[in-house]
Order: sequence, then structure tokens, then C-alpha cells
Amino acid sequence: MARETRIVLKNLGKIDPMKIEDAVAQGGYQALLKARDMSPADLIQEIKDSNLRGRGGAGFNCGQKWAFAAAAPGNERYVVCNADEGEPGTYKDRIIMENDPHRLIEGMAICAHAINARQGYIYLRGEYSFLRRVLTHAIDQAREAGYLDGFDITVRRGAGAYICGEETALIESLEGKRGEPRYKPPYPPTQGLWQRPTIVNNVETLANLPSIVDKGASWFASLGAPSYPGTKIFTLTGDIKNPGFYEVPTNTTIRDIVYGFGGGIPGDLALQAVQIGGTSGAFIPPDLLDTPADFDSMQYAGLSLGSGAVYVLDETRDILEVVTRIESFFEHESCGKCTPCREGTPRLVGLLEKIAQGRGSRFDLDLARKLGHNMTITSLCGLGMAAPVPMLTAMQHFPAVFTQQVSAKTSEEGTPW
Amino acid sequence: MVNLTIDGQSVSVPEGTTILEAARAVGVRIPTLCFHPDQSIKANCRICMCKVGESRVLQAACASPVYEGMTVDTRSPAVIEARKLNLQLLLANHPQDCLNCIRNGACQLQDLAAEFYVRDNPFEIKTRRMEKDFSTPSLFRDPDKCILCRRCIEVCSVVQTVNAYGMQGRGISSIVVPTMGEKQIESTCIMCGQCIHVCPVAAINEVEEIDKFMAAVADPDMVVVTQIAPSVRLAVAEEIGRRTGDLPMESFVSALRHVGFDYVLSTNYTADLTIMEEGSELLKRIQENDRLPVITSCSPGWINFCETFFPDMLDHLSSCKSPQQMFGALVKTYWAEKMGIDPARIYSVSIMPCVAKKYEAARPEMNASGYRDVDLVLTTREVGRLFRLNRLDFSKLPPSQLDSWMGNFTGAGVIFGTSGGVTEAALRTAYELATGELLEEVEFHTVRGRENIREAEIDMKGTKVNVAVGHSTRAARELMEQVRSGQSKYHFIEIMACPGGCIGGGGQPLTRSDQQRAERIEAIYLEDQAQKLRKSHENPDIKTLYDEYLGAPLSEKSHQLLHTHYHPARNRYAVPGFNPQAQARG
Amino acid sequence: METSDIVARYSNMPGGIIEAFHEIVDRHGFLSQEAIIEAARGFGISVAEAYGVATFYSMFSVKPKGKHVVRVCRSAPCHTAGSAAMVDALQEHLGIKIGETTPDQRFTLELTECVGQCQATPVFTIDGEPYPGLTPSAIGPVLESYLRDGNRKDGR
Repeated sequence: MARETRIVLKNLGKIDPMKIEDAVAQGGYQALLKARDMSPADLIQEIKDSNLRGRGGAGFNCGQKWAFAAAAPGNERYVVCNADEGEPGTYKDRIIMENDPHRLIEGMAICAHAINARQGYIYLRGEYSFLRRVLTHAIDQAREAGYLDGFDITVRRGAGAYICGEETALIESLEGKRGEPRYKPPYPPTQGLWQRPTIVNNVETLANLPSIVDKGASWFASLGAPSYPGTKIFTLTGDIKNPGFYEVPTNTTIRDIVYGFGGGIPGDLALQAVQIGGTSGAFIPPDLLDTPADFDSMQYAGLSLGSGAVYVLDETRDILEVVTRIESFFEHESCGKCTPCREGTPRLVGLLEKIAQGRGSRFDLDLARKLGHNMTITSLCGLGMAAPVPMLTAMQHFPAVFTQQVSAKTSEEGTPW
Repeated sequence: MVNLTIDGQSVSVPEGTTILEAARAVGVRIPTLCFHPDQSIKANCRICMCKVGESRVLQAACASPVYEGMTVDTRSPAVIEARKLNLQLLLANHPQDCLNCIRNGACQLQDLAAEFYVRDNPFEIKTRRMEKDFSTPSLFRDPDKCILCRRCIEVCSVVQTVNAYGMQGRGISSIVVPTMGEKQIESTCIMCGQCIHVCPVAAINEVEEIDKFMAAVADPDMVVVTQIAPSVRLAVAEEIGRRTGDLPMESFVSALRHVGFDYVLSTNYTADLTIMEEGSELLKRIQENDRLPVITSCSPGWINFCETFFPDMLDHLSSCKSPQQMFGALVKTYWAEKMGIDPARIYSVSIMPCVAKKYEAARPEMNASGYRDVDLVLTTREVGRLFRLNRLDFSKLPPSQLDSWMGNFTGAGVIFGTSGGVTEAALRTAYELATGELLEEVEFHTVRGRENIREAEIDMKGTKVNVAVGHSTRAARELMEQVRSGQSKYHFIEIMACPGGCIGGGGQPLTRSDQQRAERIEAIYLEDQAQKLRKSHENPDIKTLYDEYLGAPLSEKSHQLLHTHYHPARNRYAVPGFNPQAQARG
Repeated sequence: METSDIVARYSNMPGGIIEAFHEIVDRHGFLSQEAIIEAARGFGISVAEAYGVATFYSMFSVKPKGKHVVRVCRSAPCHTAGSAAMVDALQEHLGIKIGETTPDQRFTLELTECVGQCQATPVFTIDGEPYPGLTPSAIGPVLESYLRDGNRKDGR
């Protein structure tokens, strides 16, 4: 059984999340005090040097993002924790918040010092309403103990919209509006919440900060893959013997995650496909299992690390059926603002259903691929761009699944496609 | 300055310029759909996509600021294919009935389909199957045609602060609805029709009543008489492919006779009359310090707004009817008598730049003549259709004059069509009435201009009169909040519901930019300058009307025919405490 | 508690309408027209905009629901773990179809997307309380506990 490297989850099982003294006994808030002794510029440089990259899916260099916010004009700035965690198959942020909320608070306070913010928000997905108590209790305790030092954090809830995991949609939702993304630029670090400089960071990203400040940038940068150092919490679902969450260095291969930690497939069935990164991730065949799971290696292979969800399908699964269900998810979650996503997601579902029911032609396959490609290059936000990826990668790596559904029917008459 | 390359061409533009603007500067016209020059950037249609550098992901030209060294490709086959597929997605969720559509030939989606040589659609045509909403007499909605550009929501909430429109649902279920999905007539809609102008397609349109006109013309017993509003002549030129103002009155009158009108008269005449009545009312109420400020009442969109949002302030409104309705009351009484025509045979039409006038004409109390005072309101656009129907050759039409007794007008009547015009016209008369002195300089430039709210202090031989001019109901709201809180310093406020005044009315030729409004305003002031008479009280036919029929302004007869009352609307969506600032976002 | 009181408690919170809507939904099960108008009034926005917010989010409804809302996750991991069988079992137990409410107004049955309890699939929730990793046969006792208590599990 492979061993985890617990940095973000180092306190799991050792502390009572309702007791700040437990967290403090494990070293909690020491990094924050150290950070406050640094100048914001030095702190930002340290985080830049650590090469900590966003763990929500976008993978942007955290320190660089902070630098933009710090340099932006304006007296009011905000630190926003993206706890919307809507990616199916992902629950790592919930584990962090349930078990070690002070670590998250500490991370937010470190960011606040770096960008000179006085107000923070935890945007908590509505489905995690039950976490409000543990979070507000921890914030109250931290405030009373003096750790927040003028920086305050409010918990605000989402209400059931996957799109609110997108940072500008999240900001719109915080402003009390429909969670529809904004076009970028401008980017939140310059114009975010209430048009002010705002850092939106994922829970796991923020939860990495105390260790980085404590042990230093070069320590962190030396862990895992050089271009995307540190650890990543993967959540393993699907046809797997040991479903669960595992914090591992980022250069762990997918094979190690599935077989080393996951224990392989129940019944020792053959692995058909793995979807990495969440429901918007790529389906990969067994021959890509040795890809290291770090962000850039995945991108090179045409994949995305995403949220770190790993979803395993054994040989008995109907990939076309799974892909159709996934595209139906995107149809449900599309915000509706832009043409390609609003109109495209139901069209993808329609075409896949037609194909699955044996009524499709090669023309329909071709159209689905063309439409999917167009969505990836013309959508307003990441949801529309990522939505077709499961279908496109499944078509690419498992073509037979699709082509066996379409008979030798020729293209429909009169179509120029 | 920023230097970039567009389709291989070097361009140099100021920082902050978008790709769309930079391209236009070098003659590259990137196709757009949701983009509107007077509104915030929407970037939702995804038609204006361009390839920037080597990026796989395309950028929306309307929303992308240029940077130094940027290279933009606006026309390679891959870019065109990307745009076209998004267009076809929109077309596949759109009724395919251009042939039956009121916007046939005037639709931005149709234009794009033509430009992109769309011959087929790879997607199955599947529309929302929602019902059309014909609940108002002025405009109707066809939600199946909506492309969700959201321009209507912006004009209704930001420009007008009426907030009749909003979004419902998410994703493919998203749709624009009145307030909470009720019928339009139940919402706070004031029927100003500004939404029609910004809608790129036929999702929102005027209620078209050409058939009623045709039936009246076909009826040998009916005498079809029309009045023409001040803003119509200059703008109708745009309907026949000319520059605004470029259609002489005698050609317009001739054309109207050709399409079937028996008599052609002018609302400018009753605009002069309105000045007589309202000017007298104003002086009287200033003297008696009675319910000041006096607020104009000729804009039915504004009246609807007042009744809906400021129902407690109705007694500030002038009791004068609008020129349209004064005309209607007189054409079947005074004019019928003068012409020896049985009023029961008169079919009273008005040609208006306005869709709210259709609602105004239908108000139950507008029957002072003993008949419906105005039987039919046709918008400038509908008249344009009549002209095209009749395939008129304007170069060959013989000139024709307006008919008698209610056709003569002064420049003061003409400028009613622009914001500030009623005020200026009123001042031209009120000044002479109040001071007994001749007004040498008739132009009051202090009340002209583009700002939403303008104010001026007019010195009438020692009496200082404070006036304010507002256009757009956003300005109306601001002015009325002052009145409600007792902080209004004005004696007189002119309010026009539509930006620019009637020249920008909901029934005008489709108005695509503020620039178009500006050109019409310029044309109106030129028309004013071209008149021999420029003060309402100098209109000889107005004198005749008073001498022979009404007696004097505010007489009992005047009150019976030319004055009206208003009704509080009690709309539950008009919540107090609404703060327009909360909606100010880009 | 009156809707206007709930709104008043949040009206000083910039953007607080979503929190207000959550509380109204917790108490009344849905957002009535009056509630939306009240919220618009309290937050200084138009009714149209408040309605736009109310109809955007999956956790809010403008139509009344049953006392307890049962939601079955249908996202991919739960889907392959057997959410369809779970749906069938719930439909049979409750005697209603997805989207419907029992005649006694006790239960509404809906589908949901991922609620973040993927450690044990398939998952369904009742009034937001997750029930991960159950088999269809375990549904009965769970539903009965709601019938017995008559109240929401979180005590509100």
C-alpha cells in the first residue's frame, strides 16, 4: 500500500476542529505570525518562489496572482476562498474544512497580509451548509485569540450552481446576482469583488500556505514535480477497491494513484478508462496511466489535472452512456449567458443520445466533434471550454465505442459538413 | 499608443481600445450581434471571435483590449467557421419564418445569415415554443425569437429604470421575461418601446395596425384624416433610404394622400395649442403657488411611468392632454364643423414616433368629442411600410400642402419633437404673456443639449422661473424623487420618456445609436429655424380656434376638450426603495 | 418569522440576498412572489433582478415543495454506482416520480448533481443531510425517521 505525503492534511485525525487550542498545539498560526513579520512584497516573492499553483483547476501561479492584486490601485481588497467545490467526484476541500478549518483561516490571513486586505469571504457551496458552524466557530475563535488582527472573514453560501466555482461567477454571486461569469480582462486581482482587487484562491491552495511560509519556498519547490510542486489531494471514485482521498506528491503517476492507493479494480476486472480532473476532465486509456499527475505533464498529454478527482471505469462500463450523462450535467449547469455553451451543451446531449439509440450517423459524430471543438475555443468561460472535453477525449481514445453505434449510414443528404 | 497588426495590416490606437474598435479604424468590420455602441459590452453572442497570436482559444473582439505587438486574424477560414457555427446554433433555436416576420429585412440575425451564406443548418431546428405576448396595445413580444443578447434588460433597467424585464432560469432554460414571468401588461412596462430599438431581432416589436388603416381607406363612407407628429417627417426619410430630414413636408403630405389619407393635418398645430393651454396653466399655478413644479404631460410613456412609480405625485402633472389627444378631441368637433363633415364618418388617425401613443389613444377617458378621439395610431415605421407597399417614387410625387384649419404650425410646435423643445416653446410664449414684451431672441440654448437633466433659470422681467428638462425615465425618476422629498427647486419640469425626446421614440425608424438621435435633433432645430413663425401664440389658426370656438385658454370648453386626469397604477412590482445606483455596473 | 424580518436581517449585507433566500427557503420551502418582492424592496434592487437570482440557483425554487426534499445525486460517480436503482427505489417507496410531491405534501423527490459526498456512492440527501453509500433496501428506515420526527433533522 502506497504511503501518502500529508502536508495539507497533516493534522487529520490529530485535532478536534472545534478547538483552536488543538490546532495551535500542532503549530497552527505560527506561520501567520512569521508572515506578518515579512513585508508584503517579500511574502509575495516567497510564494512566487515556491511555485505554488492553484489547486482548483486553473493552475495559475499563486504568488504571481497575488502580485497583480498587490500592485492594483485601490484601498479595499478582498481575499476570497473558493469553497464552491462543485466538480463531481471531488470532496477534498470539504475534508480540509471539516477537519482543519484553522489551517484554511491561517492561509487566508497570510494572503490578506500579502495583498493588504481587511475583509475575507469563504464562498461555501450551498450543499455544504452544514460546514458553516465549524467554519464560523473557528473564525470566531481565531478572532478572539487575536490571530486575525483586523482581518475579518465572513462565510457566504452558494445555492446550487456549479458555475459559481468559476472565479468571476463566484464574485457575481457574492454580489447577490446570478452566478454568470464576466468576460476577462479585467481579471479579479485588478477588478474583482465590487470591482476591487480580489484574490480568489481554492481551499487547498490556501491550505498549503502555512507550510510554505513555515518551511520556506525552496522546501516546497523541491517536492513533487518541479513545474507544479507540492502535493495534491486526489479523490478516487468509480470502479475502485479503495475509494477515498489521498494526498500525494504531484509527480505521482496516475497508475500509482489507481493501483497503488486505489488498490485497483474490484473483481480484478480490466481498467477501461480513467477520467482525471473532475467531470470536465479527459478520459484516458490504460496506455496513458504512466503520465505523472502534475499540471504540465497532463497538459502536455492533452489532459488537465483539474480538481484532482480520479474516476475509474472498468471494462463493463458503457463509456458512451457515461459521457452522455456527463454532457447532460453540463447542460444542467451551463449558466446560459453565451451562445456556444447555452446552445451547444443540449445539442451535444441530443447528438449523443441519438448516437446511443442507434439513430446516429457519421455526420452526427462529426458534428458533435466540431461543435465540441468550437465550444472549447469560443465559449465565454472555462465551463463551456471544458464541457466537451470528456466527449472529445473519449472519441479520441475510444473511437470504437462511438463508431460501433453508427451504422454504415452515409451522411445525411444535403449537408455540406 | 499601442501598435498591433490586424490581418497583416499595421494599426496604431490608444491604450484601452478594443480589437473591434481598432479593426474598424482600418476598415475591418468584424461582425457583431449582441454588441451595441451605446450599451455595456455583453460578449455573449460569440460572433465577433478572432484569433489572437498563436492562442488556440479565440477572443471576442468587442471585449478584448489591444496590447503592444498583438497580431489579430479576423478572417481566416477557421475563424469564419467558428463564428458561423455559433450563428447556426442561434439560427437552430429560432423560428425560421422570416417571410412572415415583422423584421424581415430589418433583422441583425437575418443580416448575419446572409453575410455568412448560411444555406442549411446542421442542427435540428428546435425552438422554445413559448407564446407570444400581445397583452399591451403598444408592443408585443415573441420569446421564441429572443437570442438572449440582454440589450432590452439593459435599456429598460439602466437607461429607463423601469425594470420591466429580467432573466428567468439558467442554461438553455434562460429567457427574458417581464418581471416574474407574467404578461407584459402586468409588469411595470411603460410602453416607451426603447426595447424595440435595441432588440436586434423580432423578439420585441410594435403592435402593427396597418390592416385597420386599410379597412378604413377601403370603406367609402369613412373620411380618413391624419395628424403628423413633429418628429415624424424628418425621420420617415430614413424609412425610404434618405438622410434624416431629407424629405420635404410637401412630399410627405403628397405621399400620405397617395397611400389613402383623405386629409393630412399636423400635430404641430396642437403642439402650438398645448403651449397656449399649458403656458397659461403654468403662469396661473406659479402665481397661485399651486402644486409646483408643473410637469409636462405630453409623453404617454412618462405618464405611464408617473402613474406606476409616482402615483402620489399625479397632481403635479399639467392637466393638458398631449397634442395627439387635443387634436383628436378637436378633429371630430371643431374641425368637423369647419369642414362640414359628419364626425361619425371621421376616422381619426395619428402618425407618431411613439408606441405608447397607441395605449394613450385607447385610454377610456379619451373620448371628449363624443367618439373615440383618436381611432388609430400608426408609428413612423408603419408609415414606412405603407410607402414601400405602395412603391412610391418620391422623385415624381407632386408637392402637396397640409389641409386647412389644423395644419398650420410654428417653429415652437416643431421643436416638441426634441427634448427641451416643449420648454423652449413654452418660454417663447410665456415670456411674452408674462412680460407683455416682444421676445427678440427666440432660441433658448440653455435648455438644449444632450445631458439627461438640464436646468435653466429664466428671468421674466424680474420673475425668475426655474425650469428643468429631463429625458429618459431615469432622469424622470431623479427629478421626481426631488419633488417627492420636497427638494425640487423648479417651477416647471419637462419630461420626455425617451432619450433625446420624441425623435428617439419607440415608433421611430430603428434607432441604432445615439448618433442617429443627434442627427434628428439637429434636423428639428433646422426645421424650426426655417419657419416664418416661431412662437405658438402667433399661429393664426390657433387664434381662429380661440376666437371662434374655445374662447380663451383654460376656458370651460378648453377644459372639457383639451384637459384630462390621471390614474394611479398600483403596480406591486414598483417597489419603493429601488436604488438605480445598485444597478450601475458595466 | 415574517419574510420581511428575514430580509431586514440581511439587508445591510452587501449582496446578502442569497443568504436571505436561503433562510426563506429553509422556513417556507420555496420563494413566493411576495418573498421575492420583499427581498427586492429590502435590498434596493428591482423585482425583476431578484426574480432572476431566485430562478438561477438549483437550491431555490419559486414553486412550493413538500416538507422534506429528497434529492438523488446523478453525477457520473453516483451514476455508475447505481443512482438509477436508488431513484427507482425512492419512486416506489414514495409513490411519486422525479419532480413530484407526495399527496400529503410530505416529500418532494428530485435529482441533483454532485453534492460532494463521493466517498461512498451512490448518494442522496434529505433536506440537505447527506446519505452516502446506502443500498436501496436501506431507504425505508431512513424515510420513516422523517415521518416519525415530522421535523427537519437539523432542528429548524
